[in-house]
This record gives sequence, C-alpha cells and structure tokens, in this order.
Amino acid sequence: MSSRLTKSDVERIASLAHLELSEAEKETFARQLADILTYAETVQAIDTTDAPPTTHVLSRHEAFRTDEVQESLSRDEALANAPDGTPDEGFFKVPKVIE
Amino acid sequence: MTATPQTLVEIRDAIAAGETKSTEICSEYLERIAAVDGSLHAFNNVTREQALERAATIDRSRTEGDPRPLLGVPIAIKDNLCTRGVPTTASSRILKHFVPPYDATVVSRLEAAGAIVLGKTNCDEFGMGSSNENSAFGSVKNPWDLTRSPGGSSGGSAAAVSARLVPGALGSDTGGSIRQPAALCGVVGLKPTYGRVSRYGLLAFASSLDQVGPLTLTVRDAALLLEVIAGPDPRDATTAPQQVPHYTEALDADLQGVRLGVPSALLDSGIDPEVKQAFGAVVEAIQATGATVSEITLPHAQYAIPVYYLLATAEASSNLARYDGVRYTHRAELDPASTTLRAMYDRTRSEGFGAEVKRRIMLGTYALSAGYYDAYYLKAQRVRTLILRDYEQAFNTVDAVIMPTSPVPAFTLGEKINDPLQMYLLDIFTVSANLAGLPAISVPAGFTQERLPVGVQLVGRAFDEVGLLKIANAYERTNGWWKEAPSI
Repeated sequence: MSSRLTKSDVERIASLAHLELSEAEKETFARQLADILTYAETVQAIDTTDAPPTTHVLSRHEAFRTDEVQESLSRDEALANAPDGTPDEGFFKVPKVIE
Repeated sequence: MTATPQTLVEIRDAIAAGETKSTEICSEYLERIAAVDGSLHAFNNVTREQALERAATIDRSRTEGDPRPLLGVPIAIKDNLCTRGVPTTASSRILKHFVPPYDATVVSRLEAAGAIVLGKTNCDEFGMGSSNENSAFGSVKNPWDLTRSPGGSSGGSAAAVSARLVPGALGSDTGGSIRQPAALCGVVGLKPTYGRVSRYGLLAFASSLDQVGPLTLTVRDAALLLEVIAGPDPRDATTAPQQVPHYTEALDADLQGVRLGVPSALLDSGIDPEVKQAFGAVVEAIQATGATVSEITLPHAQYAIPVYYLLATAEASSNLARYDGVRYTHRAELDPASTTLRAMYDRTRSEGFGAEVKRRIMLGTYALSAGYYDAYYLKAQRVRTLILRDYEQAFNTVDAVIMPTSPVPAFTLGEKINDPLQMYLLDIFTVSANLAGLPAISVPAGFTQERLPVGVQLVGRAFDEVGLLKIANAYERTNGWWKEAPSI
C-alpha cells in the first residue's frame, strides 16, 4: 500500500466527492492527504483476526415504534430554505437535466 | 462579585426566590456580550430581542413553586444545533442563510425547562477542528489570552462560559469537541454516553460518534443540563431507552471505594510538562478524597487517532453530501441557460465549504472508495472494536479512567493550522471515548505558569454519568479553580 497520491488521484477523489479544486488546492491536498494516510496506515499492522467491525456502539435495542401518522413539516416550511424553491408550485428546482 | 449568582443553579434559585428577575439576569449577560464579544467572537448570532421577550413573559407568568429546573436561566447553543426561526450556520458559508423550520430536541427540552437562549455560538465549520480556526466567520479567541485558540470545535460555547458571557452552553462532541475547548478555556465539559442525548436537529458530522452535551462553570451545572437534555427521543432511533437518573441528586458522595485507572503508557510521550505536572497533582488530590488510583493499560488507545480520522471523515463525506445547492440555501451563481446539474453541485460545494471540510470529505471519500474500503474503512472499524474491548477490560478493575484532556494548554492562533496532521494529534486523549461510545468529562485542573487553564478528563462505563459526575464533583470541591475568571 502506498500513500503517494498523484494529482490524478486527487482529481478522481474530488470528482467522487463533487468538489471542484483549484490547481493550488490539488497540490496541497495531495501532500496533506498523503501525510495523513501514511500515518493512518499504522492501523494496518494490527491483528484484527478476532475483531468484527463495529458500526454502532451500544445499539443493543430495537428502535421500534408504532406506525402512526404524525405531524410533519408543511410543504412551505420544507421549501423555505431552497435557493430556487417555488413554494407556489411546490417544487425544488434544479438546472435542466434532460435535453 | 461574590453575591452575584454565577452558576446555573445559583441563578435559577435566585430567580425562584424572587431575589432577581430573569429579565435582569438576561440583560446583564446581554450587556456583557455586547461589551466583550467584539474581541472574543464567541457568538455567531445574539438573539437579544427574543431572549428579553421570553424573559419578560417568564417574569410575568412565574408562579410560586414552578418546578421547571431552568426557569428564566440564560444559555447559549452551539451554532450546529437547529433553532426554529433563528439562523443555524455550523459556521459554514454554505449554510450562512439557513433558517431551520424546527428546533433540535435538546433545544426544545431546554426551553420546556424554562431556559432562555441568548444566542448561537461560533465553532469550527460543521464541528471539524480543534482550534476554531476553521470557522468561516473568523476564529473565537481564548478569553485567557486573546492571541490563543479556545480549542474546538465548541470553542464559542467554551469561551462564552469561561468569560461569563453566559452561565452555560451546549456543544457537540465527535472526537473531543466539548472536552478539549472546555479544558483550554477552564470550564467543565461533558460528553454523554452515545445514545444518552438525542441528536435530532444536530447538523450531522459523524453520526456514530456525535453527541450533544453541556459546557458549564461547575460539575453540578453540567449535571443539571444533562438531566434536562438526556433521554429517549422517538426522532433519534439511536437514543437509549434507559431511564435518566437524577444526576443533580446523585452528586454528593465521598469517593471511598472508588477505583480510578491511569493509562500510564499512553501518557509517556508528547505531553507538555506543565500539563503532566497538573495531572500528577489531580491524581494526588483525588487520592486524598478516598479513591484509589492504579495503573491500567489501553493497548490500542494509541491507534485511536488514525481510526477516528478514517471513520469520522468517511461518515462526514456521506453526511455532507446533502449540501448540494438544492435544498439548503446556498447555490453557486451560474448561467441557468448553459449550466449542468453536475456543475451546479460541484461549484456550490467548492465555494461553500472551507479547506478543512474539503480535506475531510476528500479523506473520507478515499477511505470508502473502491479498492481502499477494506484496507482503511473496514480495518478502522475492526480496530475500533479492539479499542472498545480495551475499555471493557479496564472497567473490570477500575470504575473510571483518568487522563489529561489535552496534551497541551491553549496554543497560539495560527501555530498549527497549516499542518493538519499535527492538529489531529492533539486529539489523542479524547477520541477514544467517542469511538467506544463512553461518557467523558473534562474539569478544570489548575493553570500553567502563564495562567493558561489545564483540564483533566474522566472516562466512565457506558451510562455511568452518575459515577463520573460524583468523582468530578468530589475533585472540584478540593479546589476553587472554577471560580477564577479571565480578566477580559
């Protein structure tokens, strides 16, 4: 496992993360992320044969509740923070997706 | 000054006894905020009018013997907890104009208990940072030395309580974000057991680690706030069904028979000599109260930082995917005729997030990506299990683990911000409690030569906040550290 990150690695990760990085950011992140990953690689030497992954601690109860209709946010409230919301029509709006 | 009520309990009792009014108390704190916060920047937003209106209503309608435990008492809320109708930014440009249509459960519980919110406190963006320098609106300053960091990410809450701008505040703690700033500002900070307090309305950073908790002047006040905010919530399925004890009534106990463990090997290196000295003095003081202290080992605790930064960033990369320019206020300005959906997402996120948030999203995306998932993310989850087991083992022989909260006292602003890895290493003593889901508290443990506060941390068994609060309270009574206020 190598933690040398190339510029194209950084570009690939940024694309997965939906981030647009400047050339300067790409360079800085390549260096900083490589440092952090090299450090993080110390975990790879640990014997975890008998250790199953922990996803949630202490969640030993079933969180069931009765399935009842309850009050929720109104449509206007849900749309109130949308940058291009159209409360009258009741939609979130996005740039054109289909030609 | 001695007659002025300072703590939540004192203020509550003074209002209940008719010695003062909520409006008087709130006005005093609001005046102090107006006078001091220009140099401290602990608040992102002060809700002056609303607070005074609420205080006046409480003063008018209060009846003898009203049982509400925080009636008329002012508090502050970290700006990553939703407040209905009041901007909630997480100190991020991307949420600069976000006004939540609902209250976080902890906020509605505080208000139902009679508390009055004075404002929203500054923090590292989305809780990501240990210095507050990642706030998009400028760093909070440490009230003990304005050139230094208050710690992070709940630095605004810690600085506000320390500087007596408010008698108590809520913060959130994903890897030490309540305890570390509490230590660096000289106040009490409690991270409850995972599941003890509802996360509904907390802007999520890492959902398997985040917990909301109090920052206060005294241990008793921390117990009081916890009592109000803790308990199951149908809106957060991870909240635990266990009954909430009366923390404030369980505090006063002597420590005969209480066993504490010091993870000596973990404390061997990298600790500031003055922090080490203060820690030694704490151990002696606690022994003098009747507790026994022995050495323990937490063999995997040294891996807590890499494990934490792999898991927390992975969860963050997923949680922060929702900020895409569609639902939450900020959208990049692009020509609607020619722009694509994809370009709108990418541009919005790139201009909305700060450097540390981008770095963590990148790191988490990498740890989860095809080809690296097993080696990083899954491996970290397995080591998390070993860290949990270390604590379980330790709790066979001791009732709580004691160690410093931060390896260093408050550092200078600008000193560490350009080296993310060095900044992450500061979290060595706090992250393991989050990974193991355990309750942990930081209490003031004195000062360095330069008058910078030092904190000591106790980590307890799951849901044993009572045990932690008892020890912390007994230690607090051996000294008067909390009474010392910065001269700001």
